[in-house]
Amino acid sequence: MSSPPIVVVGGGIAGQSVCEAVRDRDAAVPIVLVCGEPRLPYDRVRLSEILVSGEAPEALQLRPEEWYADRSIDVRLGAWVEAIDLEASTLTLAGGASDGERLAYAQLVLATGSQPLLPPIEGIDLPGVYPFRGPEDCEAIRLGAAECRQAAVIGGGLLGLEAARGVVSQGAPVTVIHLMDRLMERQLDHGAAEMLAPAMADLGVEVQLGRQTAGLHGNGRVNELRFADGDRLAADLVVVSIGIRPETSLARGAGIACSRGIVVDDRMRTSATGVLAVGECAEHRGVVYGLVAPIHEQAKVAADTLLRRIGLDYGGSIPSAKLKVMGVDLVSIGEADADQSAIAEFREDRIYRKLVLRDGRISGAILLGDIRGHENLLEAVRAGEEVSDPLARLVAASQATAADLPDAAQVCNCNGVCKGEIVQAVNDGLPTPREVMAATRAGTGCGSCRELVAEIVTLVSGESANEPAYLCPCRKQTRGELAGLIRAEGLDAVSQVGERCGTGYDCGACKPALAYLVSEIKGNRHREERDARFINDRVHANIQNDGTFSVVPRMYGGCTTPSELRRIADAAEKYEVPLVKITGGQRIDLLGVRREDLPEMWRDLGMPSGHAYAKAIRTVKTCVGADFCRFGLGDSIGLGVEMEKAWEGLHTPAKVKSGVSGCPRNCAEATVKDIGVVAVEGGWQVRIGGAAGASVREADILTTVETAAEALRVTSAFLQYYRENADYKERMYTFVPRIGLDRLREIVLDEEQGAALRERLAIAKAAVQDPWLERDEPYHPNQFVELVGPPA
Amino acid sequence: MTPVGASDGLTGRVCRVDDIPVGEGRAVEIDGRRIAVFRTRHGWYAVDQRCPHRGGPLADGIVADGCVTCPLHDRRFDLASGRCQSDPDLRVDVYQVVVREADVWLDGAALPHEVTAMLVA
Repeated sequence: MSSPPIVVVGGGIAGQSVCEAVRDRDAAVPIVLVCGEPRLPYDRVRLSEILVSGEAPEALQLRPEEWYADRSIDVRLGAWVEAIDLEASTLTLAGGASDGERLAYAQLVLATGSQPLLPPIEGIDLPGVYPFRGPEDCEAIRLGAAECRQAAVIGGGLLGLEAARGVVSQGAPVTVIHLMDRLMERQLDHGAAEMLAPAMADLGVEVQLGRQTAGLHGNGRVNELRFADGDRLAADLVVVSIGIRPETSLARGAGIACSRGIVVDDRMRTSATGVLAVGECAEHRGVVYGLVAPIHEQAKVAADTLLRRIGLDYGGSIPSAKLKVMGVDLVSIGEADADQSAIAEFREDRIYRKLVLRDGRISGAILLGDIRGHENLLEAVRAGEEVSDPLARLVAASQATAADLPDAAQVCNCNGVCKGEIVQAVNDGLPTPREVMAATRAGTGCGSCRELVAEIVTLVSGESANEPAYLCPCRKQTRGELAGLIRAEGLDAVSQVGERCGTGYDCGACKPALAYLVSEIKGNRHREERDARFINDRVHANIQNDGTFSVVPRMYGGCTTPSELRRIADAAEKYEVPLVKITGGQRIDLLGVRREDLPEMWRDLGMPSGHAYAKAIRTVKTCVGADFCRFGLGDSIGLGVEMEKAWEGLHTPAKVKSGVSGCPRNCAEATVKDIGVVAVEGGWQVRIGGAAGASVREADILTTVETAAEALRVTSAFLQYYRENADYKERMYTFVPRIGLDRLREIVLDEEQGAALRERLAIAKAAVQDPWLERDEPYHPNQFVELVGPPA
Repeated sequence: MTPVGASDGLTGRVCRVDDIPVGEGRAVEIDGRRIAVFRTRHGWYAVDQRCPHRGGPLADGIVADGCVTCPLHDRRFDLASGRCQSDPDLRVDVYQVVVREADVWLDGAALPHEVTAMLVA
């Protein structure tokens, strides 16, 4: 038996958006889309377009029939859900080919949308009175407008104005009747609304404000509106557009919690297990959104929830609306009024641009007549951008180009496409705006963003040759950008960075990189989150192919004592270590240790961690040096031990292996180490960036110094510069040629800069603790437990 | 063996919530099988402990975006479907997790692949 599908109830923009978001994430999970209307989902936002043009509703269809077939989405047209049986997880369908069918669901998404709100006044059901909601209404209004003498639209909101414009385009005089004292009062302040009214009048739309319609009258057909104050208005066509009412009857019938809409949490879940709600039918934190952009945001969260993916929670949307009336450009974003604002007004040109601030942060904008920069401002509202000079910011927005937009900025409000998705499409190889629009659907709604999409495509195709190294390739964030964010906002944990910018959410490959970055910036005074660390850094040992671990105790400079050797031998026997091996870095490796034995073994060894499992300071290999060797020029053991003690426990972007040789015969192989020091006649040669791995690279000579103390100073400064500037996993042998030896000398050998680097190194080092001490204070009681069991 | 025979068709209490650090996984045993149980910041998941590639311990992997990455060779598995993202031939069984008060219960029968029933978090 095949598993039951995800059933999406409602063939509007919300239902479609959920199907798209689920399919984007999972190509196979079965989906059934139940559409009450006898047609495939269409773009209701553009309804006024077909009112003007008279085109068939199919012109607004969001996806062709093949799209659903190709993606195995089972669409039930003209089918209504009569009832939900939450106990049995089944639906009873009515209408269409599915009449009477009981449909089992794995999970259910209610996208039942809304119904037009009709005032409970006399005559509301008279012929000639229409709501403005679906294609059928459009058709009726068009036919009515063609032969009417005077039309009226009740409701001066966004939809009402669009309807009025549609009616006037058919040649009928129109009066908009609005209850409030200004048009679009939810989106506009007085200044903008006052300028909008004459703009509408120019189009032939008369506006009457502060008018309460008390009844509709006529003999068999409407011919008059009567107002509460006794005035009358002759009208033989009346369009009602005073708002929406979330369609909750199905949910209420099933006992799902509803307030104004179906109540959902931040994951779009309703009160019933396995049932979600999205779009105009849903109420999130007390808000029902009647706009299109929030629907797409909700649908993405719903898809993550349905597929049990970790994604960002839905925290509500910034309302933004665009009036789609030919000849009037109007965008409103967020709040229309708050405690501070800047207004740029040009009455004669009918331009009104307002930036609204709350507590010094951008919280809204109104752009009328000149909507340049609205994407930029939407993003600023979303981010709560701080602004000291709002007027200058308003001017800057009008001059913002595609390059200034962050990746998260929404470009296409109709289909919820952000700049990053367009950039991704270009980077995936789509060459032209046309193809990018087809793939991302940006620009395929109202079309007002097409120019911007084209601009972004041009911009990115010109840029892509120079792709930076991303710390998080999924979110296209570089080390520098993330470091800037962490510093600016004082973030001190990986999860905080993830919440702030999404890094570490998608594939998680960058979590260890982020863990390093946070610890480095915070000088090891960060909040450690072990789930961001690779298993080796959770248990402080190196995982082997059979799931056991290897243990390498630290032996400074490769020197040990009989007592240490005895303890190592005893531990090897006690814990039945299958292999004891001398490493290339002059250490003893105990391989095949059980995870549960690690803490006790460390206690028995009584030696600090050798960090052989980590991206950290590994070994400093030394030769015998001047004390015993007859060729020795310098005390290589002394310097090697000192270096190792100075740097021990510091994590690094990639592992750092060092060596100190007491003479140019170089028995410690220091010339193929990340950091190598070689004693020469009269001093010490300091080398960096060597390698003897898959490829061999002779280390570059950074400088030659006179004393061992100076060698330690120079290498410490370089080490810290590497810690602060290398990309994660970038070994020194890549880092050194990338930065260039000359540049490195300028920085590291400079007295002031070198001292600053050493100071930061010392600060980080001061917060280092031997990780093997977690044997006594584990971060979790089961830190070293592989298998957990039920309580006895 | 774990105790069997609870209500609601749950077949085994496998550990306590506190046994697994937030964001990490641990292996549990039920009906003689080892299963990796994950306590993510967004809910609980369970898949086979053994990576079908080379036997790596999946409970030790890093978890992000509803996927776990095997610590041995970076094979990445979707925790909901059990599918490997880089190798379509690899997949692990997924199991139902239910958290009741302080206890974690597991249905010992693998869920059919592709089932995405919402789990109680």
